[in-house]
Amino acid sequence: MGKSIALIVNGKRKKVKAHAASRVLDVLRETLKLTGTKEGCGEGECGACSVILNGEVVNSCLILFGQLNDGDDITTIEGIGGKKKLHPLQEYFLECGASQCGICTPGMIMAAYALLKKNPRPTHDEIRQAVAGNLCRCTGYAKIIEAIERCATSNVKI
Amino acid sequence: MGVVGQNAVRLDGREKVTGRALYVDDIVMPGMWHGVAVRTTIPSGKVLSVVFDPRFNWKKVVVADRHDIPGRNVVTMIEEDMPLLVHDEIRHIGEAIVLIAAPTKKMAEDARRHVEIRYEEWQPVLTIEDSKAKKRVIHGSDNVISRYKIDKGDVSAGFKDSDAIVEGVYRTGAQEQAYIEPQGIIASPGKGGGVDLVGSMQCPFYILKALERLLGMSETKLSVKQATVGGAFGGKEDYPSVLAGYASVLALKAKRPVKMIYDRNEDMNVTTKRHPSVVRHRTGVKKNGMLVAMDIGIELDAGAYTTLTPVVLSRGFLHSAGPYRCPNVRIAGAAFATNAPPNGAFRGFGAPQTLFAVEAHMDKIAEEIGMSPLELRRINCLKVGDEMATGQILKESVGALECLEKAAAASGFERKWRASLPLCKGESEGIEVRSTLPDPPLQREGTVRGIGISLFMHGGGFTGSGEAKMKGKAGIRLERDGKLTVLTGCTEMGQGAHTVLPQIVAECLGVPLSCVRVETPDTSKVPDSGPTVASRVTMVIGKVLCVCAEEMKRRLSEAAGRDHGDFRSLAGSFLKKRGPLTIIEAYEPTPGIHWDDTTYHGDAYAAYSWGCDVAEVEVDKDTFEIKVERMYMAHDVGRAVNPQMVEGQIEGGTLQALGWALMEDNRYDGGKLLNNRFQTYIIPTTMDTPFLELITVEHPFSHGPLGAKGVGELPHDGAAPAVVNAIANATGIRISEIPATPERLFEECKKKHFRSS
Ligand code: FES
Ligand code: FES
Repeated sequence: MGKSIALIVNGKRKKVKAHAASRVLDVLRETLKLTGTKEGCGEGECGACSVILNGEVVNSCLILFGQLNDGDDITTIEGIGGKKKLHPLQEYFLECGASQCGICTPGMIMAAYALLKKNPRPTHDEIRQAVAGNLCRCTGYAKIIEAIERCATSNVKI
Repeated sequence: MGVVGQNAVRLDGREKVTGRALYVDDIVMPGMWHGVAVRTTIPSGKVLSVVFDPRFNWKKVVVADRHDIPGRNVVTMIEEDMPLLVHDEIRHIGEAIVLIAAPTKKMAEDARRHVEIRYEEWQPVLTIEDSKAKKRVIHGSDNVISRYKIDKGDVSAGFKDSDAIVEGVYRTGAQEQAYIEPQGIIASPGKGGGVDLVGSMQCPFYILKALERLLGMSETKLSVKQATVGGAFGGKEDYPSVLAGYASVLALKAKRPVKMIYDRNEDMNVTTKRHPSVVRHRTGVKKNGMLVAMDIGIELDAGAYTTLTPVVLSRGFLHSAGPYRCPNVRIAGAAFATNAPPNGAFRGFGAPQTLFAVEAHMDKIAEEIGMSPLELRRINCLKVGDEMATGQILKESVGALECLEKAAAASGFERKWRASLPLCKGESEGIEVRSTLPDPPLQREGTVRGIGISLFMHGGGFTGSGEAKMKGKAGIRLERDGKLTVLTGCTEMGQGAHTVLPQIVAECLGVPLSCVRVETPDTSKVPDSGPTVASRVTMVIGKVLCVCAEEMKRRLSEAAGRDHGDFRSLAGSFLKKRGPLTIIEAYEPTPGIHWDDTTYHGDAYAAYSWGCDVAEVEVDKDTFEIKVERMYMAHDVGRAVNPQMVEGQIEGGTLQALGWALMEDNRYDGGKLLNNRFQTYIIPTTMDTPFLELITVEHPFSHGPLGAKGVGELPHDGAAPAVVNAIANATGIRISEIPATPERLFEECKKKHFRSS
């Protein structure tokens, strides 16, 4: 029942083999060892598992591996910036104090990333709406929105 | 050096924003299996038999029951009344009976489905009222888990002396901590038959103590290490001892590492919640607004076992009279056992419940004597030199009045409050407004606006003699490379402790923050600093680290034979001569603090943080929907070590409190939690977040590290009463039970209409 799909994961082509009924979240975390994507509810409610699939932000806990197709492009938190060079969104999250316990942070950054890719100059309300599906219990969201807003107005390329 | 007072970037921040931080579920160990618990499905009764379905191949898994517990079948907290695995009597739904470990989580869950429990069912006790009436005795001789009494002055005489007596009853519901990372722990067999643990926790040393009893092992065979924690809020204070127990028993039996991670439903079903409360107030007041007598009754629903309830109740007691001066105060009450999962620690720890009551009640008093809520608070607000209900005389660091004045001024409270004094007619058109000035121009059509205020405090550190008994230890190690390591059992759970403590050390030693790191909290490597709770880390452990820093400087100077020169050069020469140096000190209570546990008299807390919240709400006249538009929060934290992190605590805590005030409500049916998922247990999203305006007030505490007090819990204390007071200002309806849902508001409106017609 294992299935093999040719994916693009964080910019690299990869033949990934997994059970068709596995959640994409588990394939990322267990098969590909990309543990930056988190599980907060497993039911599509918290957004901790947000990744970008073909340009759209999705809850990876709600998509089964078997639903993916050859050539699908997935970006996770590991794909946008790393140890050596942080992505501007990561920089602003750090600087603004937008990450406390950090468990929502990768999902939150991915949702913000998808927004800024499509809409580089979002309004305050557009930002609020774009991350409304991502729960954060620590920050009260104020600094998260500030970080995204500052990144958007800084003119850096996303 | 100017490190304290700076917005230092969190030291664990890079790991978190890149997704590299390792939370317990990210950790994989060789040969690791996965554990699950088979749980009771009835709230009260007895296990008759456990039947293992022969169609399942039980050889592929490991099953453990209470006979596999090497030590005593108890989870040690304050009392030892809670078994790890049901022994005889079932006290709530979700108690574990049998544990299963399997190579995969799926297989473990499959095995769990093949276990059937047969019961004898008993009539459960599900409410405070039934427990109090001893409908059945399920705990001790009278269902009382804990009881206190505080008496000051002469309450009866005070009532005689009053111009008006105002009564009210206030209720709050259970609240789920809803940390986004569910609970999880990995236990592995360790050296000499011991166990090593790593997991999501607030208090590694609590787990250590619980495991000593449970596994019958000395602590030398055990180690408990914190993984990165994805939020806790009190929910990971006591419960991880239970999960650690399960995982350890399985790991010992399976002879391999066993990981146990709860999914969201299981986490919500079985872990602790904020205690539901009923608080009764009877208050005597003079025409001029002076409080003369306060008679307060407090009842908490403890759930099935003692856990931390006695201390939650105690903190509730000590905050129940609010930040007010009153010569005659009587506080009495108890926590009662019910057949619900035990309630436990949640940010604020009893204080939000009793502060909700007193702050909603203050507005009722103001209304009855025809005074503005601001003026009533101003008149009675505690100042330096005043005496609290326990007889504590406030000697310093009382920013209450400044918080009140600043929040009131920033929000234009008095003007807006007068502008929207309303009237509920309850006619078919819903809520009718008597007068509304065209204040905020953005007001939506079909809505009424209101503003509400609350004044509150939060005692820092353990209650009474707690800190003196605990003697929390912490240390600093001068490393070979000249850098410094902070040694503490206090954990980072997002609040910023592992940035703030290094900031304090850097400041005290005059070195840059980049020279200081924190050792991972691991019971085999760090001293017991006491638990990471009670807004105590910055104030108490920060202070211990200041003392360590002084001692280190003294030792270095002594060795160098000079007391001048900067830290680096002194450290350099010391390292050359003698090598690394570790200094560990224990907390010395603030001088002049006295507390009597038997009479509940004396200095309940060494210092209090103070706060004033103002809420502006908009209520839809047709749907009764309540929207908080704006919150003003003036908080006195002594000295903000890291202002950005202080803001983060206030913003996050306020939103969590708004959730409790308006939407979060654990509902039970026959002892079963109905809303055990984020689909049904709704917490605030960005769309529910009002505009948050912060006002910093700093009244330094002389015995705090560089003046700092605690801030972790304070923000959960004030939002709920400010909101219900604002709803009353908007609609004329006093909501005395939270969450203040549209349904509740509608019901109250109907009742009011019914009474008046
Ligand atoms: S884990 Fe996918 S939405 Fe919560
Ligand atoms: S930072 Fe903890 S949940 Fe968002």
